[in-house]
Amino acid sequence: MTTPDTVEAPPMDVPADADMPMDKNTSRRAFIGITASALAGVMIAPGIRLIEIAAAKPVEQAVSPAVRWGMLIDTAKCASGCTDCVTACNTENGLSGGVKETDSQWIRKLDIKNLQTGRIASMPMMCQHCADPPCVDVCPTGASFKRADGIVLVDSHICIGCRYCVVACPYKARSFVHEPISGQKPNVPRGKGCVEGCTLCVQRIDRDEKPACAEACKAAGHEAILFGDLNDPDSEIARRGAKVATQQVRGDLRLNTGVRYEGL
Amino acid sequence: MQAAFRQIATSGRSLGAFIAVLGVLLAGGAWAFYQMEHFGHIVTGMNNQIVWGLPHVFAVFLIVAASGALNIASIGSVFGKSEYKPFAPLSGLLALALLLGGLTILLLDLGRPDRLVVAMTHFNFKSIFAWNMFLYTGFIAIVAAYLWTSLVREGARWNQAAGFLAFGWRILLTTGTGSIFGFLVAREAFDSAIYAPLFIALSLAYGMAIFLIVLVVVVRATGETVSAAMMSRLRRLLVVFIVAGLWFVAALHLTNLYMTRHHGIERFILLDGGVITVIFWLGQVALGSLLPIALLTLPRARDSTRATMLAAGLVILGGLAQMYVTIIGGQAYPQALFPGYAETSSFFDGVVHQYQPSAYELLLGVGGIAVAVAILTAGLRLFRFAPYRLPAD
Repeated sequence: MTTPDTVEAPPMDVPADADMPMDKNTSRRAFIGITASALAGVMIAPGIRLIEIAAAKPVEQAVSPAVRWGMLIDTAKCASGCTDCVTACNTENGLSGGVKETDSQWIRKLDIKNLQTGRIASMPMMCQHCADPPCVDVCPTGASFKRADGIVLVDSHICIGCRYCVVACPYKARSFVHEPISGQKPNVPRGKGCVEGCTLCVQRIDRDEKPACAEACKAAGHEAILFGDLNDPDSEIARRGAKVATQQVRGDLRLNTGVRYEGL
Repeated sequence: MQAAFRQIATSGRSLGAFIAVLGVLLAGGAWAFYQMEHFGHIVTGMNNQIVWGLPHVFAVFLIVAASGALNIASIGSVFGKSEYKPFAPLSGLLALALLLGGLTILLLDLGRPDRLVVAMTHFNFKSIFAWNMFLYTGFIAIVAAYLWTSLVREGARWNQAAGFLAFGWRILLTTGTGSIFGFLVAREAFDSAIYAPLFIALSLAYGMAIFLIVLVVVVRATGETVSAAMMSRLRRLLVVFIVAGLWFVAALHLTNLYMTRHHGIERFILLDGGVITVIFWLGQVALGSLLPIALLTLPRARDSTRATMLAAGLVILGGLAQMYVTIIGGQAYPQALFPGYAETSSFFDGVVHQYQPSAYELLLGVGGIAVAVAILTAGLRLFRFAPYRLPAD
């Protein structure tokens, strides 16, 4: 299986013979090796320093499976017609915001109406970050994967664009990039011919910030999107989950979604 | 009697014209691929609701037909009917050609076809696509080995074993193809284990229909004659296979109709799905199944080779119709996130998805068929795959 359970730091670029025992015949090679190692150190050190300055999680630190990021969306607080979460997502992740059939939509506002009672509700719909994601099951290369902290992602480097995950997702959460794109955000890699979807703003989470949609909803005064660690019993999301009735969309599929809804 | 084989010796103007037409179709496919690769899938009719389009219809049809094309070889080697032996190499070659044609389309329709190496080095073994990569390559290797045992004297003692292996593998291969759809919980039209046996049954008919057409063309080119008794056997087999396919199609829809929660999708396919419903009843059922059965069984038509060719052609058409209904119809029907609710959004929730295939998709699909025909033609011209001195009645 190529699906990684933890994301680890990439191996350092050290020449293969740097650790070889030295003898008379290899002393020159060893010298080159040591020099190369030193050079590699010099080249890598500024990178580590830069990351510290940016206050991000160091790349060496594996993502912890003790954490499970999730959301609790209160549909009673979500205003029909408000699309601030969608706009914030588009801005944060460099999406065009277009709504053609071929455009990517990582998050959308879904309005539903009970056909028997006539009751209506509005809510944001996006990747539900399932514990058992069908997209990860069907992906032939392992490009669709679940990070240790529960975030379901696409590795744009090994996605071959087969679209099996798009067909497999019960939430219509995946989009296929149909045309060349430009003006991408540096830490949100996207590309023509690959599949993409909500990352829970992983680049923000790794900076200890909340997803853009949740921030925007709060800024709009709705606070319908509660983000947090489902595994931490002291977190606001866990405490609220213990108190009110919450629901998973297509709960019948038993995918154990990380995004839950209340007030449905 | 020991079966004998020959090359096709045809040359001159007719072969030249044939190769020219083939060249145009291959160039058309290559051009379509270039457009899709350069500009992205925006040049196709596919979108984020219908992500698998016409290329998949052609590709899956060819891959399913490939395993069925091996029927004749299997009847000879596995079921011990020696009268089918003269046709075994042609059957094996056709199976390889169809599979390679289908795989070409599948590969060129990827969003990132340049990452073929990634697809062959990174595997998620829970993915049916990943299994299929082994099933495809294994099929090619096993059928190639089977052909070697059929045609080379030293290989003859392995012929039976290779035939059994190829037969087993083709069942696995089509199980894998059907399972692409069978294991999708998200879509009401899919998510049924019956897809594996359904596809196996369909493969028998598609493969036999294509084989019949190829056989008639090949013996005409070589001046051979297939005995009336053999033609009549092949016709009857095709009828049995069409009926088997229809039976599984009926089983799929009837089981769905029994379950209330599937009534929506069944209503869409069988009653009010617009073009999908028309393609199902007219293309798949009437023209693709019932008419061929009539042509192959009615007293006045059944002894006519022309009627048989027409019937086989209709089965192929019906097969493409079946794949269109399965693949496009299955995606066009809206996914219910909240069953029992009306849904609206900017992402086309709750509405039937529209799909208008573009010319590029058609060109790519036809290009894949041209790849299969080119491989078949080259094989027949270069090696002794064609039957020689066929026994009379």
